[in-house]
Amino acid sequence: MISGAEIMVKCLEAEGVKVVFGYPGATICPFYDKLYDSSIKHVLVRQEQNAAHAASGYSRCSGLPGVCVATSGPGATNLITGIATAYADSVPMIAITGQVKSDLLGRDVFQEADITGACEPFVKHSYLVSKTEDLPRVFKEAFHIASTGRKGPVLIDIPMDIQQNEIESFEYPEKVNIIGYKPNTRGHAVQVKRAVEAIKNSRRPLIVSGGGVLSSGVKLKFQAFADKTKIPVISTMMGIGVMPSDHEMYLGMLGTHGKPVANRALHDADLVIVCGARLGDRAVAAPDQMSENTTVIHIDIDPAEIGKNVKTAIPIVGDMKNVLNMMIDEIGDYVVPNQWQETVKGWKKSFFRTPPKFDGFVEPRALVAQLSSMLRSKAILVADVGQNQIWCANNFMIREGRFLTTGGMGTMGYSVPAAVGAKLARPTRDVVVVCGDGSFQMSMNELATIVGNNLAIKIIIMRNHRLGMVRELQDFNYNKRHAATILSGDPDFLKLAEAYGIDHAEANSNEEAEEIIRGMVKSDKPFILVCNVYPDTPSI
Amino acid sequence: MQYTLSILVENQAGVLSKISGLFSRRGFNIDSLAVGVTNNPDVSRITIVANGDEYVVEQLEKQLNKVIPVIKVKRLSEGDFISRELILIKVHCAASKRAEIIKTAEIMQAKIVDVAPSCVTVEYCENSSRVETLIDLLKPYGIREIVRTGTIAIDRGNTALSV
Ligand SMILES: Cc1ncc(C[n+]2csc(CCOP(=O)(O)OP(=O)(O)O)c2C)c(N)n1
Ligand SMILES: [Mg+2]
Repeated sequence: MISGAEIMVKCLEAEGVKVVFGYPGATICPFYDKLYDSSIKHVLVRQEQNAAHAASGYSRCSGLPGVCVATSGPGATNLITGIATAYADSVPMIAITGQVKSDLLGRDVFQEADITGACEPFVKHSYLVSKTEDLPRVFKEAFHIASTGRKGPVLIDIPMDIQQNEIESFEYPEKVNIIGYKPNTRGHAVQVKRAVEAIKNSRRPLIVSGGGVLSSGVKLKFQAFADKTKIPVISTMMGIGVMPSDHEMYLGMLGTHGKPVANRALHDADLVIVCGARLGDRAVAAPDQMSENTTVIHIDIDPAEIGKNVKTAIPIVGDMKNVLNMMIDEIGDYVVPNQWQETVKGWKKSFFRTPPKFDGFVEPRALVAQLSSMLRSKAILVADVGQNQIWCANNFMIREGRFLTTGGMGTMGYSVPAAVGAKLARPTRDVVVVCGDGSFQMSMNELATIVGNNLAIKIIIMRNHRLGMVRELQDFNYNKRHAATILSGDPDFLKLAEAYGIDHAEANSNEEAEEIIRGMVKSDKPFILVCNVYPDTPSI
Repeated sequence: MQYTLSILVENQAGVLSKISGLFSRRGFNIDSLAVGVTNNPDVSRITIVANGDEYVVEQLEKQLNKVIPVIKVKRLSEGDFISRELILIKVHCAASKRAEIIKTAEIMQAKIVDVAPSCVTVEYCENSSRVETLIDLLKPYGIREIVRTGTIAIDRGNTALSV
């Protein structure tokens, strides 16, 4: 005989899960008791939301679905923001929650929350398991759904009695058969032909790279395509890292907080190839950012994204990997018109600005650029949300590494827990967090997780004593009335680091910061660097 | 623009709320919704009638297709399908008016299914516009109560929607 809880562990093992992030409670105890005997590592976070963020960071760096676990009621509801973040960012994730016993469902007993109902708009799919026998199929389906098609979180809610009940035997299914779920990954040959035709007929084509290129695992091929065709590339926030930042035809991030040169290129292009991006309002806010006559080719695995935010002439539904292969075959030795290449290269020079410095402060944009060259080439930079994120997005010179941030949901507090996941997925790489003083305080409780698991994560806090991005918005739109954006009462972050036993330092200039970072990257321990930033520093 | 969607779904708990949620989350109202099991007991068919422009309908079709237990979504094209809804109307009816109301029902090919001292109940199964006509005809007598099933619809001719 085998219990539901044991089956749950065996399912995770069968899926090759090495790490889960979670927080226990009564209704998930049967599972925890069995997990205790397993070789799967459990990382105890300090708040469930961070279990989901850590799973997201893990997933994005390992390519496997991240797994997070919580108890029923408040444990489950604490997960929601993390699940919603993974959904908006299309990150594959399995969220497992304990639930009150089946016969108590719907009676509003202690710690009962309708978590499948609450998460409905934020999950790719969810299960409320009603029979122990169903567990293997449910897990198999959940992992399949999370990691195929447009990736995303799947929630499995498991009442305590389902975990406790025993059945005859365990067998993990080999295949899934979900009649309503057959994502189209192939890419339509005729559409690809039409697209290539249009590219060849255009004079100023431009590629927008999105997160879909990364989740399809086709980065290098994509770079080769850009290399060969010399089509200029701009990127959404989720697509940062697809191209090396110093690539001659790469212009940076588009959008409200993007690079002026990238927006200029989008404005002037006569054809845009959107690759695995939804082009939300932060990317293309107003239709006039693109010309009326721009031909849009939109490649996405999710047909619902095509034509949703921008008018599309040539839709191609499919996995980026397959579609790109077809495009490469079809396009032959096409190269972009010389004139367009030269225009773009010229812009790159003329748009370049060195940010002004303020004495007695760290200039954050310059510092992020400096940081890039001090890290190893596969470094993972995790940015939080706010000005700190924009400084990173526009100034971090990515080579072979990753840039992690929540471009889709913009959830403050993402960076520290996501870095926990990233470091566990890629223990040998540099993992550096850049966050704001506001966002750091949304998840600084996770310093304990970092210390408890000996994770050499380096945290750079850009301290401006402001919720800087909102402060900037108030400067522009609300007559400089700084309602609720001045942070007061903040702790001394250095003493906080001290309390956790984390090495730390403070910098008031870029030279000082550089010196500290040099030492910091050499150590195999966590580190907190507090950079004092001039409060009025702009985002761009 | 009014449109009719036929949706085949796996016959399991929670599917209806996933689907109605797609509409409500986007602030779209549903005019009518009817659900029932099909010839395959594992599959239910939902018929939704709603209003929206082409962009909205196309988005909804695509979003519906993303719901995992949704097997197929089809927008029925104007004029090419048969639609019916069942309605029960309880009408105020003094004895003196009874013959008149029965006559009206007869002309419309509706059935009187219950008679009480001051009421009659009329049963009618037709497409929505005929149903509206009957309601209009009965209104002057004083309508006490109306129950409608919501529209169900099926393609004309040889085409059949199946798994
Ligand atoms: C959970 C959450 N709450 C509120 C916001 C709105 N918001 C966006 S940026 C920002 C300010 C961030 O402040 P800080 O972390 O100090 O970064 P800075 O902009 O100062 O670099 C706020 C409040 C958000 N994105 N996420
Ligand atoms: Mg700040």
